[in-house]
Amino acid sequence: MALRVLFQSALGLYLVATAAFLVHIVTLRKWAERWGTGLLAVGFAVHAAAIGVRWRVAGHPPVTNLHEALSFVGWAVVGAYLLVQWRQRVKALGAFVTPLAAVLMVASSLQPAAVPDLPPALRSYWLPVHATICLLGDAVFALAFCLAVMYLLQERQIKHKRLGGIFRRLPSLDVLDALNYRCLTLGFPLLTVGIVTGSIWAEQAWGSYWSWDPKETWSLITWLLYAALLHQRLTVGWRGRRAAIMTILGFGALFFTFLGVSVLLPGLHSYANWFE
Amino acid sequence: MPTGSSRSRLLLLGVNHKTAGVEVRECLALGGAPRPPLEIFAGLPACEEVLFLSTCNRVEVLAASPDPKAAAAAIREVWCTVGGGDPGTLDRSLYVHLDEAAVRHLFRVAASLDSMVVGEPQILGQLKEAYRKAAEAKTLGLVLNRLLNRAFSVAKRIRTQTRIASQAVSISYAAVELARKIFGDLSDKRALLIGAGEMAELAARHLLANGVRGLVVANRTLARAADLARELGGEAVGLDELEAALEGADIVISSTGAPGLVIQEEMVRRVMRRRRQRPLFFIDIAVPRDVDPAVNEVDNVYLYDIDDLKGVVEGNKAEREREARKAERMLDLEVLKFQAWLESLDVVPLIRRLQDKGEAIRRRELERSRSALGELTPKQAAALDRLTTSIVQKLLHDPIVTLRRSAGAEEGRELLDAAYRFFNLNGAEPAPDAGGARGKEAAPAGPKGPEGRPRRG
Repeated sequence: MALRVLFQSALGLYLVATAAFLVHIVTLRKWAERWGTGLLAVGFAVHAAAIGVRWRVAGHPPVTNLHEALSFVGWAVVGAYLLVQWRQRVKALGAFVTPLAAVLMVASSLQPAAVPDLPPALRSYWLPVHATICLLGDAVFALAFCLAVMYLLQERQIKHKRLGGIFRRLPSLDVLDALNYRCLTLGFPLLTVGIVTGSIWAEQAWGSYWSWDPKETWSLITWLLYAALLHQRLTVGWRGRRAAIMTILGFGALFFTFLGVSVLLPGLHSYANWFE
Repeated sequence: MPTGSSRSRLLLLGVNHKTAGVEVRECLALGGAPRPPLEIFAGLPACEEVLFLSTCNRVEVLAASPDPKAAAAAIREVWCTVGGGDPGTLDRSLYVHLDEAAVRHLFRVAASLDSMVVGEPQILGQLKEAYRKAAEAKTLGLVLNRLLNRAFSVAKRIRTQTRIASQAVSISYAAVELARKIFGDLSDKRALLIGAGEMAELAARHLLANGVRGLVVANRTLARAADLARELGGEAVGLDELEAALEGADIVISSTGAPGLVIQEEMVRRVMRRRRQRPLFFIDIAVPRDVDPAVNEVDNVYLYDIDDLKGVVEGNKAEREREARKAERMLDLEVLKFQAWLESLDVVPLIRRLQDKGEAIRRRELERSRSALGELTPKQAAALDRLTTSIVQKLLHDPIVTLRRSAGAEEGRELLDAAYRFFNLNGAEPAPDAGGARGKEAAPAGPKGPEGRPRRG
């Protein structure tokens, strides 16, 4: 009961914060941004409490079904956003990130929320390590995705010389590109460690490091995309529009790995299969 | 109909860039007057409070006066005699605003809605300076003080809540605004000036003033480049070193008189590879153009020619117009509020007279009855005092509350006049049945000066 109240409160706070950020980006009223940030921070704390309570009740990190995973990624996205806002203020970012977090939470709330019993194979200390690292990586890449969308919008305005309202509201290309790069340098190691720990865990649980299960395959595709982006950035000096497009492609693959594979394709990681 | 109000009224007269040429404005600024203009205007008998504003685009006198007609004539007279203005020209170019119109005009000036470039920030500073001078010379009283402070806060609110001042309305500003949206911080960026034309120099100066770190001047004649580079604190290169110079630059301003293209797409593509794709921003203000338009297609390269920049500026101006209309609506409300405050001032003297009259009647009637009451103990005397005071206060309480509440409202004026008549507060002879000679004594001696409004000096 307390769990539900906490979760619903966090969801409500995120929705109101989203509305406040949207009001801010349209009207540029300062109070809207302040309220948005405040509500989001409170929502984040409440959400953290919800995750903590669930962890305690279940006895393992709440990242084992779709409801939990979506909720955890939503929480991590909000956390990553608050961190960016704290270190480097990018005012318009809230209007892009909070809707994403809100959608994740709404999607999570539509999933069965019962605390699941873990199958024996998953009862391992690798669960918190592997799953949380993967989901944190997802959250950082989600932030990079928002930044890439903002970059493309802003770049388009400048290239086409149509400087509308968006031009004034979005930060400079340089800031967006630099933040995007920082997300990449943080997200990529997380993704890599996530895959490696998953592989070790798979060896322990099923006796094989890699079994080309759809999730593993798609993780590899995603990893290769981000690796290519990082490589091009470091060697050729890719930046700006190309990097932004690649970030969006990478996030597309990541999204499919996270959700598409779990829901659509049968395999070891498929949430749907675990509890049938 | 007699009204008890003797409130001084607001008067604003002056000329601005729209109504008068610069020579008229110079005359009215009273630059050659033997005494400071503020002192001259403050010395006019019809002006209770005065503020004098003189900028390159406007000369205005704002005054509070019980007789605005006489004050306007006197101010006009000063302008003709001291400033040497021609009366005919003056009449054609002078605007005169009274009360609400004066408030509105002042608010519009403060918010920079009446400026040549709407939204320019200088005028507010100039108005504050005029205010400071007037405050020092003690030519301000309650009304102008309050009015000016309201004007400042209205201007600030309009500036923060609308975007009348947020867009660049000159080519140079537009270039800087764009550079900021591409590079963010300009302090580690370098500019390259190709050609040494006046407009390019202006743009370069503007970039430097906005924090751009280094400057390279490239010109066909190296000597001219060296001159300009020395002046702007940069270095000079010849046109043959252009490609190398492009490699180190972030913002390029080009304005050569060359008939053909100085910078080709191929050159930029080569340079971009060597720059490892660091963004490059071209501002081509040459006619005919110096930079191949196809350069804009290269990744991370942004090219704006003179027409593009003009387009940006025009777009910004249109946006400002829209924002200005929003500002006018905000202003309307503020004018009404100030007007209401001003009218509420009328109630203060009325209430005081009403209380004075009540107190006078009470004392006199008490005095008259004392002999009939015989010797009273101090306790009885005090009780009697309390009783009579309480009756008078309770009787006057409701009218006073009603008057306070209606101050500034539409029906307030009528109510005010009615109150003066009901209570006979104008010092006129009371009706014969009101107690004969006693009534005459009861009325306070003539109208007092407007309370709550200290005269200057």
